[in-house]
Order: sequence, then C-alpha cells, then structure tokens
Amino acid sequence: MADHTLDAKGLNCPLPILKARKALKEVPAGGTLEILATDPGAVADFQAFCRQTGNELLEHSVDNDVYRFLIKHTAA
Amino acid sequence: MSSEAQAVQDAASGAPAAAPETKNMTIIVTKGSLDWAYPPFILATTAAAMGLNVTMFFTFYGLPLLLKKLNLQVTAAGNPAMKMPMMGAHMGLPNLLTAVPGVDAACSVMMKNLIKKKGVASIEDLRDMAVESDVRLIGCQMTMDLFEYDKADMIDGINIGGAATYIECATQADINLFI
Repeated sequence: MADHTLDAKGLNCPLPILKARKALKEVPAGGTLEILATDPGAVADFQAFCRQTGNELLEHSVDNDVYRFLIKHTAA
Repeated sequence: MSSEAQAVQDAASGAPAAAPETKNMTIIVTKGSLDWAYPPFILATTAAAMGLNVTMFFTFYGLPLLLKKLNLQVTAAGNPAMKMPMMGAHMGLPNLLTAVPGVDAACSVMMKNLIKKKGVASIEDLRDMAVESDVRLIGCQMTMDLFEYDKADMIDGINIGGAATYIECATQADINLFI
C-alpha cells in the first residue's frame, strides 16, 4: 500500500508529471507514491522523470487502460 | 585532493554530500498564438518538475504571453497542417476560407474545446505552474517599447531584460531552445 495515491486519470502530458512532482513533496523520504494515469505517454515519461530526478520507479503496470506507477521518494 | 578523496573525507567528517549539479535550461519564446504557446510552457514546467533551473525569455509575439489577461487565438491561415478531428476524419480549411471574419474565432473555440475534452492543461494553468515552480520569466524590454506594452499589464514576478541578459543565462545552461 502506497503512502499517497495520485489520481491522474484523464489528464494529458505534462499534467501527470507535474502533479506527481507536487504530490511527491508531500511524501516523506523513503515513502511511496502511487500514480494512476490513462495517458499512454506516461510510461516513458515516468521512467525518464525518475532517472532524471533520482527517485526510484519501483513498479509500473497497466490494467484496463489504466497505468499504475509506484515511485519511492528517494531524492530531494 | 581528488574529488573522490574529498568525498570520502566529507563522508568521514559527516559533512553533507554535495548536491548533484543542477542543470539549467533556457527557452526563447517568440510566438504567442494558442498552439505555439504550448511547447515552451510544457517544456518549462516539465523541466522545472525534473529539477532543472529554467529561464524563459519572451520576445516579439511571445511577449504578450506575459499579459495578465490572455485570450489566445489560433489561425488556420498559412497552416495547411492544421487539421481538426471531425466526425471521424481530419478536416483542414482552404486558405481562402481562413480569411472569412469569424473563422479564426471559431477555430480557436474548437481547439479550446478539444484541449478541455482531452485533459490538456490550459496555457493559463501551465503559466501558473511555471510561476509556482520558480521558472524565471524575462520580458524583452525592446519588444515592450516596440509594441507599447506596459509592465503594469503583465503578471507579477517577471523580470525585464534584453539580449545580454538572455545570453548570460544561456552561457550557463545545458539546454537552450528557440521556439
């Protein structure tokens, strides 16, 4: 179970990333943020976001056109 | 002392590790129509979210994007690539029709409806997010004089500068874009 969940379903680029950045600030260091999105571009974007910011993308999956990302807050 | 040795010493002495070097990006924004306003604001907000320091320099037709009140329009004139999804097909407008009064307004309304329907942020929202994430916004002084804009009509928190101001930022930056 993630510490926080962000529902970004129906939002298009770059809103899922921008909202995730904001939501991560509320997650304590070492905590996790779950993001739900319907933007297929979010898959590549969250991978790039995590590589660049140093946060850890623990898992990503898709179920019924809803993408789920679990990010561990490991960077500032 | 090598940086590695320094790091070892810092760790041993309990000094905080140096933050990874922050990247910088600049964007010259030269166009102010509804469609052209998107790339600079999308890239600026995303880069800021990814930890970059971002500077946007608004010049010529990009300058009005700093006005408090935005009413952005799009035109199909001279843009044969602009085709809107309509009843399962993509429809463009012949250039002659784009000159008919009201057509630009209708195109703009149509695009704003699409933007809302597809969950795309408005330019107003993206601009607010840019300000919130400390993107540095610079209005071009020469353009203000040329087109007679008043800083009082622009949003708060912007800087005014010229080419040298931009160039100084650009020399420090890892990414410099002209849009």
